[in-house]
Amino acid sequence: MWGPSSSPLFSLIMEIAEELAKQQRAISVAEFFEKNRQILGFDSAPRSLLTPVKEAVDNALDACEEMGILPDIFVQIGRRGELFHVVVEDNGPGIVTEEVPRVFAKLLYGSRFHVLKQSRGQQGIGISAGVLYSQLTTGKPTRVISKIGPGHKACRFQLMINTATNEPEILESVVQDWDRPHGTRVEMELEGSYVRSRRQSIYSYLKNVAIVNPHARITLKEPDGNVETFERATEKLPKPAYEIQPHPRGLELGGLIKMLRYTEKRKLSSFLKGTFSSIGTITAQELCDLAELDSNRPPSELTYREAQRLIEAFRKVRLKSPPTDCLSPIGEELIRMGLDKEYRVDFVATSTRSVSVYSGNPFLVEVGLAYGGELKSDGKVGVLRFANRVPLLYQQGGCGITHAIENVSWRTYSLSQPGGGIPTGPAGILVHVASTNIPFTSESKDAIADVPEIVSEVELGLKDVGRKLRRHLSRQNALSARREKEEIIRTLLPRIAEKLADLLDREKPDINPVVAKIMSSLLVKRKLVLENGQTLVTIEVANYTESARSFRLHEMLPLEATSVDPSARVVPIGDDYDHLWDISLKPGEARRLSYALPAEEARFSDLVVEGQPSDVVAGARTVET
Amino acid sequence: MSDPEQAQEKLLSMVESLYDQFQEGIVPYLALPSRTKNNIEYDKDGEVWVYGDQKSLRSVKTIRGAKSLLRTSHLVELLIKEHLRHNRGSTLREIYYISENWDLAKFGEQGESDRLVEDLEIVTSLQREDFHVRPEEDGATVFGPLEIREQTRRGMRDIHCQEDVGEAGYQIPFNVDNIQFKDHDARLVLALETGGMYARLIENGFDQEYDVILVHLKGQPARSTRRMIRRLSLELGLPVAVFTDGDPWSYRIFASVAYGSIKSAHLSDYLVTPSAQFLGVQPTDIVDYDLSTDKLTDQDLHALRSELTDPRFETDYWKEQIKLQLDLKKKAEQQAFAGKGLDFVTKEYLPKRLSEMGLI
Repeated sequence: MWGPSSSPLFSLIMEIAEELAKQQRAISVAEFFEKNRQILGFDSAPRSLLTPVKEAVDNALDACEEMGILPDIFVQIGRRGELFHVVVEDNGPGIVTEEVPRVFAKLLYGSRFHVLKQSRGQQGIGISAGVLYSQLTTGKPTRVISKIGPGHKACRFQLMINTATNEPEILESVVQDWDRPHGTRVEMELEGSYVRSRRQSIYSYLKNVAIVNPHARITLKEPDGNVETFERATEKLPKPAYEIQPHPRGLELGGLIKMLRYTEKRKLSSFLKGTFSSIGTITAQELCDLAELDSNRPPSELTYREAQRLIEAFRKVRLKSPPTDCLSPIGEELIRMGLDKEYRVDFVATSTRSVSVYSGNPFLVEVGLAYGGELKSDGKVGVLRFANRVPLLYQQGGCGITHAIENVSWRTYSLSQPGGGIPTGPAGILVHVASTNIPFTSESKDAIADVPEIVSEVELGLKDVGRKLRRHLSRQNALSARREKEEIIRTLLPRIAEKLADLLDREKPDINPVVAKIMSSLLVKRKLVLENGQTLVTIEVANYTESARSFRLHEMLPLEATSVDPSARVVPIGDDYDHLWDISLKPGEARRLSYALPAEEARFSDLVVEGQPSDVVAGARTVET
Repeated sequence: MSDPEQAQEKLLSMVESLYDQFQEGIVPYLALPSRTKNNIEYDKDGEVWVYGDQKSLRSVKTIRGAKSLLRTSHLVELLIKEHLRHNRGSTLREIYYISENWDLAKFGEQGESDRLVEDLEIVTSLQREDFHVRPEEDGATVFGPLEIREQTRRGMRDIHCQEDVGEAGYQIPFNVDNIQFKDHDARLVLALETGGMYARLIENGFDQEYDVILVHLKGQPARSTRRMIRRLSLELGLPVAVFTDGDPWSYRIFASVAYGSIKSAHLSDYLVTPSAQFLGVQPTDIVDYDLSTDKLTDQDLHALRSELTDPRFETDYWKEQIKLQLDLKKKAEQQAFAGKGLDFVTKEYLPKRLSEMGLI
């Protein structure tokens, strides 16, 4: 037992403790910042410039959305000697004068930390960390102007953070006129560096913001005076997100104990009904019975063990899913518009999954896939990751979204995937995860954790757009086969006929009967791709004739093929294996077959079509049935 | 060699069959033996490898086929109107450049025009010399106790391939059938892959000491070089040994001398020396002589494995050697013998190996 004692050992311990206590002092905010630069997003010069812009833009979009205003955001980056001058101005609802100093110059001050609702910012570190960074690197205050409406005057502040107390220091506070109806303008100077070309730049960040916020107009004025405007693609505001109560599934013991202690409810049953979503009178009673607790007990009196029993009851009882209207998806139409607006592409597929739950938090996944056009066909597919409409630019490799993309077998969907991982080809993938609580891997909010429920939903969304891509491409192939035929008939055939006639010194032969036959044929084509020592084979069969065609396709191979899709009947013949598919195609219909062989075994003979006359079939030998 | 009239006739009859297909409403096509490893088979009578029955169809139903037929008609026009009617000729490379004027029918690279010339050889059962088409490369060289008479454009020349030539030897002309063998003192023909080994044997006087005709293959041998070896073997009754590096690509050099090449199996009867024997470097030599080696690359391994399924290497000897090399994962150059001293190859290795083979 510890207790008062006069032993020499005890007094020695007391002495040391007192000494330690004298050395202890509050860690100042500045020190905290210095030690945690990387988790706050100020670890490199380009990123230090990006982070405050990102926080200010996020705040502006959140504020506009809450008040139903179409956002119009102006970002200006200027060079001032070694330093950068950053301006972010929005047409949002403005901030009331009393709140301005705390919003900008007090860390961890925010309106959203305690609210369960989908929003961009969550912790309230964001913009004030920018103010602090500016002040630490330049010693200068941040200027803020804000105006809440046409009838009001604007307030102008010069603010710094008192790094010892984490309280705002107001250097100037003036009431003045401002020609904007409402809005907020932040201006600061800081150290950093401006890059444009790479993925993690202010330019790409704003471009990505514009893709998932097609209702916003964003203007960027760059240090060289160049002005980029990302125009809005729609006047329609996204569906507003609502605040919800926590869902009991996935709640942890510590969280529950805290809620029990601080609740204003006097009875356990009304605490359960009033604090959580998806719990009504009946469920509340059921929970109390399961946990063997009196439903009239004051919640604050519950012991540790009783709280534990309650948690167990949460897991046993059947609960409704959390309400889903707290989430605001971008919507398939707007994703399409957003991608179309920023990239010139041939094809966009989108998919919106229905709402799911992880650890009591509702979430929703949206996926977009752009293909062709100006997208480069060599190299890996570009990935745009978004969490609650905020672009994620860093730590792509560590993100659950990326892992989901890597888990999908893209070859099935006509994209190559050398060595597994991110596929290659002229495509771009967009994934948006919306949730009341995005499980980030760290405070800097760069990557989403590998939560199995989320990864699996993302995969399902990717497969959905993959299927749409495959359908689109096979339609394209059929079209290009038709174009090919037209080229043969228009340019090549007449020239061949002419040359032959010329050499023989005869009349030019009539090419029309041949043309008719070429135009209406059953086209069989084999394509090979070498990947990881495997030869991946696709056979395309297209029926350009005027009637339905049923036939058997033979592929003779030196060994049994793998990943045969659709599956084939295999008949060993001598040392070889005949792979058989029975195929019926309506006029104009096309089908794709695929399989794989080890590259060194990839030896092919002609494909054989059984059951069609030879002059109908192009690209394969024919045999009689 | 056939006369220009006959060549022209054969080309025109191919053109005529295409023309008739148009007239009869058949989608025009040319059927050619498919030139793949799968489609070469052993011809017991000629003891050579020739194309089998597999055909590949070149039909205007596809863009590729249509283009290829258009090129064929352009090429036939060139051969008939420019070459045969005016007794002129072009090199393979020149044909590639001439096609610049054929717009749609232009060749993308010289390999395409070379293949098309080979196709015409197959269709007409003639050789490119009959169409007055020459290869670009100069023939390789010969050094040894052999006297020949060559019909040149500037008259007959009698040449002794040791006494009348410089250190590089006698250069084989592109049309080997323009030479006659007058006399020789040779016991054997030794074909060498690399110039380094060829020069080494001349410097060491190996040709004199053992009465050997040395033939420099210069890598994958040109048709004229292979034709020369075949004639030396058949007309003079000399045994032929082939000495190359010890790697899968060199085995293919040997195979093209002894069995014919996949690309020109239609000419096997004319170019191949079925009695040629492989001397080395054998994978067993790598072990027996503890030669310095390089590691086999992935491409080497792939080539070796593919030789296991190549009908030309379908003998116990080759299966054993190739499997041993796959285990060793090593290859050695001819020059590796220099590591044992400059005379080792002529004093030790070759005499031992040639007597093993029963050639000296």
